[in-house]
Amino acid sequence: MNKKPKLIGTSGDSLRESFGKALVLLAEKYPKVVVLDADVAGGTGIHHFRDKYPDRFVQCGIAEQNMMAMAGGMAAVGLIPIVTTFAVFMLRAIEQARLSIAYADMNVKIVASHPGLDTGPDGASAQCLEDMACFRSIPNMTVISPCDPHEMMQATKAILDHVGPVYMRTGRSDTKRILDNKYRFEIGKGKIIYPGNDLTIVACGVQVSRALKAAEILKGDGISARVVNMSTIKPIDTELLEKCSFETGAFVTAEDHSVIGGLGGAVAEALAKSKPSPIEFIGTQDVFGESGEPDELAEKYGQTAQFIVGAAKKVIDRKKRIQT
Amino acid sequence: MIKENNWLRRKALESIYSAKSGHPGGVLSSIDIIDFLFSSEMKYDIDNFKNFDRDRFILSKGHSAPALYAVAAKVGIISKERLNGLRKINHELQAHTHRLSSPWAEASTGSLGQGFSFGIGEAKAMKMQSIENRVYVMLGDGELQEGEVWEGAMFSAHHELDNLCAIVDYNKMQSDNLNENIIRLEPLANKWESFGWAVIEIDGHNSNEIKLAFDGARNVKKKPTVIIANTIKGKGVSYMENSPSWHGSVKMTYADLKQAFFDLDATNSEIGAIINE
Repeated sequence: MNKKPKLIGTSGDSLRESFGKALVLLAEKYPKVVVLDADVAGGTGIHHFRDKYPDRFVQCGIAEQNMMAMAGGMAAVGLIPIVTTFAVFMLRAIEQARLSIAYADMNVKIVASHPGLDTGPDGASAQCLEDMACFRSIPNMTVISPCDPHEMMQATKAILDHVGPVYMRTGRSDTKRILDNKYRFEIGKGKIIYPGNDLTIVACGVQVSRALKAAEILKGDGISARVVNMSTIKPIDTELLEKCSFETGAFVTAEDHSVIGGLGGAVAEALAKSKPSPIEFIGTQDVFGESGEPDELAEKYGQTAQFIVGAAKKVIDRKKRIQT
Repeated sequence: MIKENNWLRRKALESIYSAKSGHPGGVLSSIDIIDFLFSSEMKYDIDNFKNFDRDRFILSKGHSAPALYAVAAKVGIISKERLNGLRKINHELQAHTHRLSSPWAEASTGSLGQGFSFGIGEAKAMKMQSIENRVYVMLGDGELQEGEVWEGAMFSAHHELDNLCAIVDYNKMQSDNLNENIIRLEPLANKWESFGWAVIEIDGHNSNEIKLAFDGARNVKKKPTVIIANTIKGKGVSYMENSPSWHGSVKMTYADLKQAFFDLDATNSEIGAIINE
């Protein structure tokens, strides 16, 4: 009768699980890396690291503000601390991230699980739809949101090699492998992962697989959609966006986040300063979520492939009207 | 009253006068202990503040930065000529300490509670790497109203951080009024004790008691120590002591500074050298 309950979402390769496993693989090569947890190790994927490297795991208890500011101090004594908890609880400690980490430019990595509606049945209180907007506005902060286990592995290594504060999103639901073995993640670089010329769909995180599905549907309708995996939200790849603007002339952004201030905001800001094109934004429309399964929520809050298809058609119409 | 620190008090006040804003009350209550730490207690190499093996001090009540800057000038970390650049544009002496412009000041402060956590992180990181140094963090009494402080207090006791010494500058007043009239702190020693800390209570302006307290803290094993230093806000300046109006951020006039210099045993030529700005 010693059977342990199974943690939800740990069966497949969710982004949080991939992160936890990636860190275990990298741990020997990066002896200064330590992990801080606020009693949610089972939920953030970091239990893998805790079990393998208990001496490098710091239990902070349910006290996120202290955990965040402590990480700054640990970096000041030469460690590379990784702060882990749910994305919403990172917001609880955002002022600590601002002052004790970013302002002091400390080499701390903030890795947040449970971003967006992908968080599912835990409901609106746990579904963080504002984190990229908040963290993106903090100076010195790099913001990353990988899309599949393969990219998560590479991104985890990249943030350890990068000197300076980073905010990275993982994810709760099981994620399919999207990218092939040749794919190389680089901080600050978006990648074209599906060719097309009529418009560009710029996506990050779990929305990349929906963007690819949308591109397939659009192809059937005779529309050639390009898909960019924009896994670094800050610094945004302005060069690639400008190129896509010249080559396709229309954009849809897709993120599991509010349409205010996240990926969509970053893309719009970049294009407004280089080569403006019409844009449609897929994300939550300035509302909170609710309990439900991730796919049900995506349907209700307008984030499925079909909604991306609709937005693509709308933006192509606008592009045509501008051209004529 | 530690007469030897009159120079420090004058320098700190002069910098606040020159800045046209600042918090003199808490500067004068904390300066004796900060001076003791840098002059007698801590192990550090003035020329190598990047060495990991050094004792560290964090002024979590960052608004008392002018006290820390004056001490830094006294012991030779910064030049005395820099002090009056406090709070001025293009100058390294920020209103609240900033790690990038003043690396020896350890943390970027100005949001209460955070410097304490930052210091706890340093103490924990030292333990994890077997670095045998100590971390000193000074907190204000009003600062103890921040929930983060008690998160940190729990963490430090649980992790047995005996290389950590917190000092509470207990001058009994905060920005708007007495602690007692804002949110009560008493019984303060009991609070820390019940959180698993060793507690030492002293007169924070008595050099002998200050020395004994830090000696005692160094010998505590398996738990962190807090020194509750009973201090006087505005200590040493007649019109500031026990006068609530000098406890927040204020603008000091030429006459204010002149009177303060007089109270702090300045010579006639030192008083005459004050520039009427």
